[in-house]
Amino acid sequence: MTNALKVSELSKTFAVGKRLFGPPQAHVRAVQPVTLTVRKGETLGIVGESGCGKSTLARMLVGLLEPSGGQIEIEGEPLDTADPATFGRKIQYVFQDPISSLNPRKTIRQIMEAPLRHLHGMSKERRARRISEIFSAVNLREDFLDRYPHEFSGGQAQRIGIGRALAADARILILDEPVSALDVSVQAQVLNLLSDLKAKFDLTYLFISHDLAVVEAVSDRVAVLYFGSVVEIGPAEQVFSKPRHPYTKLLADSAPVVGRPLTAPEGRETELPDPLNPPGGCAFCARCPRALNECATERPALARDASNRMIACLNPY
Amino acid sequence: MNFLHLLARNRLALAGLIVMLLIVLLALITPLLPLADPDVTNTAERFKRPFEDNAMLGTDHLGRDLLSRLLWGGRLSLAVGFASALIAAVIGATIGIVAGFYGGRTDNVIMRGVDMLMAFPYILLALAIVAALGPGLINALIAVAAVNIPFFARNIRGVTVSIAHREFVDAARLSGMSDARIILTEVLPNVIPVIVIAMSTTVGWMILETAGLSFLGLGSQPPQADLGSMLGEARSALITNPHTSIVPGAMILVIVMAINLLGDGVRDALDPRLRSGALSRPMPNTLVRRKDPVPETKIDALLELNGLKTQFHSNGRIHKAVGGVDLCVEAGECVGIIGESGSGKSVTALSVMGLVASPPGVITAGAVHFAGQELLGAPYETLRRLRGDRVAYIFQDPQATLHPLYTVGRQLVEAIRAHHPTSRANAHERAVELLRSVRIPNAEMRIDSYPHEMSGGMRQRVGIAMALANDPDLIIADEPTTALDVTVQAQILSLLSDLQRERGLAIIFITHDFGVVAQLCNRVAVMYAGRIVEEGPTDAILNSPAHPYTARLMACVPELGRGRRELAAIPGLPPVLDMLPQGCAFADRCHRVQDACRTGNISLSAIDDERAVRCIFPETPAMDKAQ
Repeated sequence: MTNALKVSELSKTFAVGKRLFGPPQAHVRAVQPVTLTVRKGETLGIVGESGCGKSTLARMLVGLLEPSGGQIEIEGEPLDTADPATFGRKIQYVFQDPISSLNPRKTIRQIMEAPLRHLHGMSKERRARRISEIFSAVNLREDFLDRYPHEFSGGQAQRIGIGRALAADARILILDEPVSALDVSVQAQVLNLLSDLKAKFDLTYLFISHDLAVVEAVSDRVAVLYFGSVVEIGPAEQVFSKPRHPYTKLLADSAPVVGRPLTAPEGRETELPDPLNPPGGCAFCARCPRALNECATERPALARDASNRMIACLNPY
Repeated sequence: MNFLHLLARNRLALAGLIVMLLIVLLALITPLLPLADPDVTNTAERFKRPFEDNAMLGTDHLGRDLLSRLLWGGRLSLAVGFASALIAAVIGATIGIVAGFYGGRTDNVIMRGVDMLMAFPYILLALAIVAALGPGLINALIAVAAVNIPFFARNIRGVTVSIAHREFVDAARLSGMSDARIILTEVLPNVIPVIVIAMSTTVGWMILETAGLSFLGLGSQPPQADLGSMLGEARSALITNPHTSIVPGAMILVIVMAINLLGDGVRDALDPRLRSGALSRPMPNTLVRRKDPVPETKIDALLELNGLKTQFHSNGRIHKAVGGVDLCVEAGECVGIIGESGSGKSVTALSVMGLVASPPGVITAGAVHFAGQELLGAPYETLRRLRGDRVAYIFQDPQATLHPLYTVGRQLVEAIRAHHPTSRANAHERAVELLRSVRIPNAEMRIDSYPHEMSGGMRQRVGIAMALANDPDLIIADEPTTALDVTVQAQILSLLSDLQRERGLAIIFITHDFGVVAQLCNRVAVMYAGRIVEEGPTDAILNSPAHPYTARLMACVPELGRGRRELAAIPGLPPVLDMLPQGCAFADRCHRVQDACRTGNISLSAIDDERAVRCIFPETPAMDKAQ
């Protein structure tokens, strides 16, 4: 199968303490060099806790942030980050907060027309036809088109957001926490809609979330991010049921599950390492129950194991 | 409510509006009125008193008709004031939007330039500009506009920065829009209300400034009249013929007062914060307006809610947030309240201690008994003594509940001393102990940290420590782990569970997460559209939910460890709380619905000793298996 998206050595460094003239006071690495491939038609889930760099990664992929290094290839072609119009036709983004991603002073029609006009230069009639196609695909009534965003519930607004991403006619969608602002019953509606749309329009998804169960339920493969780097990638049904990296195991054990007694899987301080002063070895070393001496000095590389999973750990389970 | 309606509610603003409309009308029709020529001198007729001969307001030192000069002058002053406000707003807003939108170095350079402009005393700057350009009304206008540009630039930049980072701007970029188009169609429409507010509050000021320059002889040149130059020319006759200065002076006063009153009204009506009522001060207690007799307590529980109804009255609509909740909590018990947003779970919890903001909140029925004492009708002082002492709250966002300017130690000491007068040293010692009991490492050092120096998990531990400060009997925890990462959530939950056992605490735990409820709570109540639909022991409900809503909600939640799958969803949306349907609120989304579900009041009825359900056709374990 061909790769829809290939990311090689993509990294992002932020300057801290910018000055009017001269170099900034320090640099923070939000995303360590990350290499990932997403196959055509696949859903790759990305999980990680706050501050792990998952949103930074996503924003680089859609050109909202300039990468500090590395390459992005879409369907075999290197991506030109200069022109947002060519970019937007290939890869689109669905935002976490459905209401604030819609301009409060525009009607839904104006919002939906923007990608059709600016990315595809469609005429008025073609736009109207396309919008009605998309609205029926995302199960929305067309009389919503002349209303304003504040009149919608979170679930409806998120469907409008998904509709806007579809309007750009991109084959790859980056879904950044698309359901975490929604209620449980609505969350399932939106997840199922996403899965239908994927089959219907032959889409590829990058699904970012902090909710392990949701990621597992929608993904083919899952990548676990910690402190800006990928620590484990594997098939969704295996990553959390048989975790190999100690951090993945910690995540899986922490998720509240009906029928499992309450345990705090970690006794020690749970702070992330200081980004201004990153550790020399494995970033998880200080929290790791299986840490070896060399973990403090040696940074483990992501390596493939026998069952075709990739783990960045010197002493995996 | 629309803008004019809001504006009219403010009497002074309405008066300002009427006066302004009259003045503007007068200024507009001045050329049509049968007035004497304002610039024709007639020294024989000088210094006539008002109503002498046919000069209604008298004449000035050159015998010119004051009424005519006043109207023509007022017209000019208004025009100059509005023009300079408009110029300052356009240029200032452009600078502010560009600086705020692009940020970084562009912002830095532009705003430092603006700062330099602001560093000069404004009247000095205006004088310098006029001196450089030469006196004249147009130059005075330029000076006044220039002096006010920094005010607009700074105001608009601040607003733009917050808008430029909103998600819809990113979305517009992904839709292929250019920066210029984004600024014009996405940012500008959201900034315009702020520009209007800034203009309405500064027009009066600019008319004054122009008058000031004209008074000094730098504005309008003789014989042309504006209000400032009329005052300036009348200065020498201030004592002998006061009417010549009183007439233009009073006009300036009336114009500026009217504009400022109107401007304040416009600001109040347009500002979204003021509109949502954030600045209307809530009462210390929730308003209680019960028509029916107060229910008596029947049982001897720590906390008992009886038919609690809490509503929000706003804009003539009534939102029935809580529509009759009965709940009891025994000492040492952990009761979960589970529900989606808008189900009334938080409002129920806040009603217990009268913490629902009034207005708009009103408790319309029911009773809350805490240790046998009725709380809803209790005076403020009784509630104040109980709040934080016997009943403590833990909220969702510890960042928002801790004061950012005080150390956590100081806030803990305050919480202790509010209820138990003790020395600062004692309280400090107790605070360290509390931090240790919530397992904060290095408690002695951490006590001097500010909230922003701690991680989310640590802050929530401080929140819990604060709730424990006075050894309460009951803790009400409103989604205390929703904002936290899973690994941190697991720790906070196990901490709460340990504390509950060690101290014999009763906890009401509000959440939307079945996993959390299962791990922590003895009993659980499921809420939907403001009412409890099912209640009973946690295990029993999770194993065989009786209410269709509970069953379907549980099916929606993906469980970890089962791999990729299709999720069950509940079709439709919860009902709106100001238009609740007859009968069962879940009927429209229910797969077991029958005609009987849509009529009358369906009561919460017991299905065994421990469980109750609000459903006429509940799920049965046998049917579950059959499905």
